[in-house]
Amino acid sequence: MTAETRPSAAASAPSGALVSLRGVSKVFANRVTALTGLNLDVREGEFLSLLGPSGCGKSTVLRLIARLTNPTEGSIEWRGGRPEIGFVFQEPTLMPWATVFSNVFLPLRFRGVSRREAKDRVEEALERVGLAKFGKAYPRELSGGMKMRVSIARALVLRPPLLLMDEPFAALDEITRIKLNDDLVQLKVSLGATIIFVTHSVFESVYLSTRIVVMAPRPGRIVAEIPVEAPLPRDEEFRLSGAYADKCRETSVALHRAMEGLSLA
Amino acid sequence: MLLRERLLEFVLPAAALILALFFWEFVVWYEAIPPYVLPSPSLILKTLYLDWHTLYGSLLVTLRITFEALLTAIIGGVFLAMLFAQSRIVERAFFPFAVVMQVTPIVSIAPLLLVYLSTGTAVLVCAFLVAFFPILSNTALGLASADHNLIDLFDLYRASRWQQLLWLRLPSALPYFLGGLRIGGGLALIGAIVAEIAAGSAGQGAGLAYRIVESGFRLNIPRMFAALLLISVAGILIFLFFTALSHLLLRRWHDSARGKEA
Repeated sequence: MTAETRPSAAASAPSGALVSLRGVSKVFANRVTALTGLNLDVREGEFLSLLGPSGCGKSTVLRLIARLTNPTEGSIEWRGGRPEIGFVFQEPTLMPWATVFSNVFLPLRFRGVSRREAKDRVEEALERVGLAKFGKAYPRELSGGMKMRVSIARALVLRPPLLLMDEPFAALDEITRIKLNDDLVQLKVSLGATIIFVTHSVFESVYLSTRIVVMAPRPGRIVAEIPVEAPLPRDEEFRLSGAYADKCRETSVALHRAMEGLSLA
Repeated sequence: MLLRERLLEFVLPAAALILALFFWEFVVWYEAIPPYVLPSPSLILKTLYLDWHTLYGSLLVTLRITFEALLTAIIGGVFLAMLFAQSRIVERAFFPFAVVMQVTPIVSIAPLLLVYLSTGTAVLVCAFLVAFFPILSNTALGLASADHNLIDLFDLYRASRWQQLLWLRLPSALPYFLGGLRIGGGLALIGAIVAEIAAGSAGQGAGLAYRIVESGFRLNIPRMFAALLLISVAGILIFLFFTALSHLLLRRWHDSARGKEA
């Protein structure tokens, strides 16, 4: 019944799973049930998308894994201890008073790294997201897409083996979004990190993921699991392929079924 | 277009002011109003020049009280706001005191303070009391309105409370604090003047307000106007100073300091 999130709970997750959620429920203080009896294994190295309508608890799953909130019931088990985690929020969530460099430097600062020692790593992270020249700029001088890139660079700067992304591109326009999706696929391939990505876009989830978990609301639960077999990296060719269209249809049907359940309830 | 805007922004208000002064001058001359009823602007300027030594000394006294009070209010207000941000219990316990201090008109407290304290201290405390609240409440609001996602981010990286305060809450509170400072700066001057007026002839003949009371007794109306003019100018300068400071500190990042071209 208690939340076991100790890093020492080694080897309790099945092999291949980086983290396992077992019978996890979350009830908020206002008695809203965000999740009930959730079982989920996150495999090492996968790109896992949590797809569902709003209110299905997909963001709560991320917050639980990041330990920003604790489960009411159930346990979260890590294989080999809890690793460093990068988190990208729906908003860029940058400190407006600090330069791009200082924003990306922040996680290193928490780890006691001096600004001078951090220089190379911050610049490398900025280069990865294509903002090598923008270290001295202030967030307000950047476009929405660029701010989000800074946010991603900050999440990457500690080279976390696990990256959590909570609808990071939801507020961006379609063109910027497609570009960032392409770049994220490239990043995923070059980093090899495990990524858990929350979205309410069928197309985005199919394009990016190696596995999609479809969730339904009230109470939040998993209703379908769809593997996407096409190998990474993917590009425009995949986006225009029949396999992509088929997968989108399959996912879309699963999502609609999840929402029908809602209207019957 | 740009020239037109400039004209509207600076030339128009200046012209209106000058026109009003000329009208005043004209009316006083035309109606032959005696100076002890209404002095003309030229006479006020002349008095300011002739009595400069006395008035300048008084101005310095008033300004010193204002800035001492403001400095104390900044230290006290920011410290208490930080305490509030750390503990809800402290905030609940102390906030009523701050509100009582705020809603009680300073004019009504001044006589009591003059009984308890020496004149100089009473005036200082009055000015402090009025400047304190806007700085406290604005800073407390600023500390509490740090971006929730950023707080989550700090939690994710296991930042200490101290790091959260120093790197997140204080910078978030800066625009609010500066807003409070702009209000508090003007209020400190008002508080100092009000307390001096309340002290009246009991004051040791120091600040500008005392000069006004004294000139009133002597029916030296031009000097009264000259002292009033100095108070206004001092208030305007204090406001402009804090506005400039605020702009300087915020111009790179805060939306309030955003230029029109951006």
